[in-house]
Amino acid sequence: MSALSAVRNDPRRLELIGFALVAILIIIVLPLALDIFRLNLVGKYLTYAFVAIGLVLCWGHTGILSLGQGLFFGLGGYCMAAFLKLEASSVANTKIQSTPGIPDFMDWNQITALPFFWAPFKSLPFALIAVILVPTILAFIIGAALFKRRVGGVYFAIITQAMALVLTILIVGQQGYTGGINGITDLRTLLGWDIRTDGAKYILYFVCCVLLLGTMFVARFVLASKLGRILVATRDKEDRVRFSGYDVANYKIFVFCLASAMAGVGGAMFTLQVGFMSPSFVGIVPSIDMVIFCAVGGRNSIVGAVAGTLLVNWAKTMFSEAFPELWLFAMGGLFIAVVVAFPRGLAGVMTDQILPRLTSFKGFKGTGGSGAQPTPAPAE
Amino acid sequence: MFGYSLGELGSILVMQGFSGLILFSVYLLMALGLAIIFGQMGVINMAHGEFMILGAYMTYFCSHLFASYLPGLYAGYFFVAMIVAFIASGTAGLIVEWALIRRLYARPLDTLLATWGLSLIMQQAFRSGFGAREVGVELPPWMMGSLQVTDTIEVQINGLFVMGLTLLITAGVAVLMFKSRWGLQVRSVMANRTMAGAVGIDTRRVDRLTFGLGCGIAGIAGSAFTMIGSTGPTAGQLYIVDTFLVVVFGGAQSLLGTIASALTISQSQSTLEFFLTGSMAKVITLLIVIGILMLRPQGLFALKVRR
Amino acid sequence: MSSSTDFLLALEDVSVSFDGFKAVDGLNLYVDKGELRVIIGPNGAGKTTVLDLICGRTRVSGGSIKFKDQEITGWKEQEIVRRGIGRKFQTPTIYEDLTVFENLELSVPRGRDVVGALFWKRTDEVIARVREVAAMIYLQDQLERSAETLSHGQKQWLEIGMLLIQDPELLMLDEPVAGMSVSERIKTAELLNEIIKNRSVIVIEHDMKFVESIAHRVTVMHQGKVLAEGDMATVQNNPKVKEVYLGH
Repeated sequence: MSALSAVRNDPRRLELIGFALVAILIIIVLPLALDIFRLNLVGKYLTYAFVAIGLVLCWGHTGILSLGQGLFFGLGGYCMAAFLKLEASSVANTKIQSTPGIPDFMDWNQITALPFFWAPFKSLPFALIAVILVPTILAFIIGAALFKRRVGGVYFAIITQAMALVLTILIVGQQGYTGGINGITDLRTLLGWDIRTDGAKYILYFVCCVLLLGTMFVARFVLASKLGRILVATRDKEDRVRFSGYDVANYKIFVFCLASAMAGVGGAMFTLQVGFMSPSFVGIVPSIDMVIFCAVGGRNSIVGAVAGTLLVNWAKTMFSEAFPELWLFAMGGLFIAVVVAFPRGLAGVMTDQILPRLTSFKGFKGTGGSGAQPTPAPAE
Repeated sequence: MFGYSLGELGSILVMQGFSGLILFSVYLLMALGLAIIFGQMGVINMAHGEFMILGAYMTYFCSHLFASYLPGLYAGYFFVAMIVAFIASGTAGLIVEWALIRRLYARPLDTLLATWGLSLIMQQAFRSGFGAREVGVELPPWMMGSLQVTDTIEVQINGLFVMGLTLLITAGVAVLMFKSRWGLQVRSVMANRTMAGAVGIDTRRVDRLTFGLGCGIAGIAGSAFTMIGSTGPTAGQLYIVDTFLVVVFGGAQSLLGTIASALTISQSQSTLEFFLTGSMAKVITLLIVIGILMLRPQGLFALKVRR
Repeated sequence: MSSSTDFLLALEDVSVSFDGFKAVDGLNLYVDKGELRVIIGPNGAGKTTVLDLICGRTRVSGGSIKFKDQEITGWKEQEIVRRGIGRKFQTPTIYEDLTVFENLELSVPRGRDVVGALFWKRTDEVIARVREVAAMIYLQDQLERSAETLSHGQKQWLEIGMLLIQDPELLMLDEPVAGMSVSERIKTAELLNEIIKNRSVIVIEHDMKFVESIAHRVTVMHQGKVLAEGDMATVQNNPKVKEVYLGH
């Protein structure tokens, strides 16, 4: 029992155990338990988890609520989609178009030459760099403009929401350049490798898992460093941080850019695994959905964010098949419940309620009560 | 210029300006309710659009009620509908404040999320209650059609009605805020909550009534909204971001600021619409507003600037 | 605007208005190196506002503030801190979610940029410095405790410690003994008399016994202006001061 309470009392070791459980779950358990169709769905959920982890950093720890993370998710996704679409629109594939060699939606909109800002995406290295850089640069601009002026809280949230709306309208309105409301679809190959086959989906799933675990460790590193403590201090006593000699705005900009870069990577993995990207993942509704994944899992816990994302999305799929009417009620209720009653989410329930009870009973076999993942280590 | 005579161009500008004024009226009506709530309590109600749509659905309901049971009085049903909308949304607002909002006063970000959850629930309730498809609200005959002001200028009657309504309600709110005892209480709570409580003002009650009033106004806005758009479960989402921006841009604390803000944003959008596509006009307007907010976060029309 | 000066801190003709109300009105204040100045005055005299103006929290409407012979009006808060001024707030403003050690560690004047903070190493040097300051503020055995579990007085000491570890040349304390017990006040007085050895301190206080035990010079403020200045005895016998305090 003493080993277990030692673990319970050391949050860093606990977190590492959580990481291990997540890794085991997504790399071993789920691939063995599920068919490729469902595993692909899990892969999709995991891409949302990238955004949720970013929110743990900027919202949970720094108090910056961004209601527009879909913006960065979408930008990363569209960068990847641009590359894949150009590859799929080779002259050979598009010979029936009036202008071969350009994406089909451009042809439908009477565009006769590839626009200049599309051309660089013919190169994979450029696209990969863009996936991270484009969201980061935009986040930097927004962050610098707002944080340097001490704009935060509700105002910041509304402006991020407005930016997500702006991008959505832009994408839908400029369908000749962006594929419009249907998005960029019919993606086929990545450097000649067909991404639509089952084998490819397995590989992409594992790539996603590895990237996600990498992101989790990056987040962990940041939060465990002195910078992480400054973020927490900023959330609670921003004035004092300033009076300790720190330029608070720079820290907020940093964490917001990091969160947006993570979201961008998630978006790119989404495009690869699901095979398309559309504005329905950019706007206000998906952005707030991603906040709820983070909130349900626990806005202060990296493991919680991943678990919350998997759980809520799995519930959504199950519910909306069986009881579509009930799902929105449940989702709305979940929002309210998490905010009013469980501000620290499932991770909070785990650490505050379940683990202490487990470690106080020797030999008590816990089952993880709330059904949340990861389940705690069983009592001896 | 583009093949129009100068006179025709003038008429087009007037009519364009006029449709901009209709947009202005709708923005203002929606923003008024939210501005009262945000200015007074610092609460951003993400379900504001849904309170509006509730008013719209009530109008729809009234139109059918009158058509079926009181066909003789059909011409006047709209006025009844507006009152019903006000009461329905206002009461819903009172209940929501009591059940949810009052627990979250110190946590504005959490209120954002909780009211978003509320909006999801309300949307689903509309879907279950009124069907997923959009419903059209039939106007009484006297409201349809347009007025021929001059040879080339035609204005729609329902547009005039909306503008008149907005004027009335804005004036009403102004009178309420600045001339009534209750308005004095609201303003004192806004200025210094602790002190207001210390002199015996029941701040809880003031908050509840304010929230209810804000939602009630949203309900009336919903009635007006039926004239320019179709009513559906997700229609409230269309304008919510615009409404927030109008409120924030106008400085949230001042009625004049809200009016000026709604005017600027609506006119900018409708003018740009003439030269560009609808979506680009919207994008550019939004970007300008956001850009200005980045430079001047307290809003363009905030009258008092601290530091 | 004004001549160079030997004073550590020089406020000349400083004014600030809030919505038409003059909180500070043409104030002149000079603090020497190694001086412990206490500012007293009735509520609303503008004492806290003066600290706000010096540390950059509020912008002056007029006048000049010079620190180490450099004009600091208009500087950002963190720039002023890095120049050598530390400010303690009226209510203990510490990081409640972190431990005492972490509170002090965050205040060490190194690694304050983003990259430095990300790759910060808790070297022996840092640990030693934190321990040293913790001992001065009577918290050497409380280093692993979460700051929110400290008593009110200990929180005040922690905040003073967080300022000390920055090694400021001017320390400004706003009501440091408010809410403390008698024994805590005595210890705080000892602490201040220890601190003063290497720097200047400005203290705002109401407890006259405490002021007597620490002050070198006292400045009395009233309605945004300086009413009287001098050592404790002179000030206490000043008829204008007595009138304003009405037999405190």
